[in-house]
Amino acid sequence: MHEEVIFAGFGGQGVLSMGQVLSYAGMIENKEVCWMPSYGPEMRGGTANCIVQVADDEISSPIIGRFDTVVALNQPSLDKFEHAVKPGGTLIYDSTNIIEPPTRTDIDVVPIPASEESVRLKNTKIMNMIVLGAYIEKRGTVKIETVLAALRKVLPERHHHLIPLNETALNRGRELARSGVPV
Amino acid sequence: MGELRLMKGNEALAEASIRAGMDAYFGYPITPQSEVLEYLTREAYQRTGATILQAESEVASINMLYGAGGAGGRVMTSSSSPGISLMQEGISYIAGSQIPCLIVNVNRGGPGLGTIQPSQGDYFQSVKGGGHGDYRLIVLAPATVQEMADFVLDGFLLAEKYRNPVLILTDGALGQMMEKVELRDQVDRSVRPVPAWATVGKPDSRPANVLTSLFIQPEEMEQVNIALQKKYAEIEAAEVKYQTVHMEDADMVLVAYGLSARISRKAMELCRANGMKVGLIRPITLWPYPYQVIRDAAKQAKGFLTVEMNAGQMVEDVRLAVNGQRPVEHYGRMGGIIPTPEEIVSVLERMYASAS
Repeated sequence: MHEEVIFAGFGGQGVLSMGQVLSYAGMIENKEVCWMPSYGPEMRGGTANCIVQVADDEISSPIIGRFDTVVALNQPSLDKFEHAVKPGGTLIYDSTNIIEPPTRTDIDVVPIPASEESVRLKNTKIMNMIVLGAYIEKRGTVKIETVLAALRKVLPERHHHLIPLNETALNRGRELARSGVPV
Repeated sequence: MGELRLMKGNEALAEASIRAGMDAYFGYPITPQSEVLEYLTREAYQRTGATILQAESEVASINMLYGAGGAGGRVMTSSSSPGISLMQEGISYIAGSQIPCLIVNVNRGGPGLGTIQPSQGDYFQSVKGGGHGDYRLIVLAPATVQEMADFVLDGFLLAEKYRNPVLILTDGALGQMMEKVELRDQVDRSVRPVPAWATVGKPDSRPANVLTSLFIQPEEMEQVNIALQKKYAEIEAAEVKYQTVHMEDADMVLVAYGLSARISRKAMELCRANGMKVGLIRPITLWPYPYQVIRDAAKQAKGFLTVEMNAGQMVEDVRLAVNGQRPVEHYGRMGGIIPTPEEIVSVLERMYASAS
């Protein structure tokens, strides 16, 4: 197993934390993990991304250009990374804020109305966890139980009261991925 | 097995320095290594009593290192390229005075103030002597977050064994990325004896210890240099470290260190999947340099390709090792741009085409 995924969006949407939670979960499951944040002038421009690799064997390059999965939380990220999904790979995106949807037909395209759903859950900050739940459902890179254990490690103690809400969001994302919401 | 954590390279290095029983750290903030100072300020003093000090400049940091190292302390500084340039005078003095210490360069793009992105443009400065005079630093090049942590205690021990400054040469990407790291146990600071040569106050029982790099008589200065060169020869004989991957049948050899070695390894995997017998030599010590393994590889390989995040610096050492027997090419990106595995593959394909 070697999963290569990029999480991309605006700064503040929580893409770096999504990657961290996945990496931590991979580590708990005794896999090799590598988390590489976007690192450059684009950080100052408001967009952020991180490449995460979870693998059974040693991970060579932390920097890669083709992905098994692209997770895009805004239009610029979708535009930039749609072409970088390997044929047969998966593209997950927040469909609430997308005007130009993806066009590729050789990949599994998974629209998740995550922003809309986060409003329904009355906390827009857990949008990223809805999408992460959808990612776990689609890719099965790690177990959902491990993601919850990872959350406890990644979130500082003072935020632990938010764990039940995060759990709800993760589960909602899994349901949305299962039900195949229309675009 | 030690404690497992998911950490950034810079944080792993800082944590490892605490656990290595470091006595003092002097530094000045600069991207992309400021996490080292931040982490140490937060964690070190209350855990081990280590002195962590933000100096007024890099020049001050290196001279504080000179003083605290001279008092026998296990001491470290870290910076990034422009800051390391500012330290060069002090580094030459420390090497001349034979004081052990650890210097960390989280390399960013240059020349000048350059960029804040990862680079390997400081290879020449690190291994050929960035300061004045005939001196050498032992230079370690980590390629993983694990090695960012491990090379700290390894570096301190090498520095103390040879009374020589050790440099960890890494880059902004290894500093910022997170990987799984197994941390070593805490070294007890109180059990390390004060070295016999340290200037910590003279008892009546022995003559004064003098640490200096000033020997005004040329005859004396030459003898100091001869002693230094003898030490450097010992280090070259004993401390060369490298890693080889798939060299047993390689007809084309990638030579790369640090982050470039990770990217080259991916390129090698892609080539192997297409039947190209590519191997990898990863120098771990950049000085002393692993000339012999490269020289030996030249007997069977058709060609060599160095991959560096610079305009071609280490390629000169590979050419020295190969000594004209085989073609040696360089592929690099500069100014903070990182080469991709696919770019390296296309260079290798071209080399195969011209070799056959």
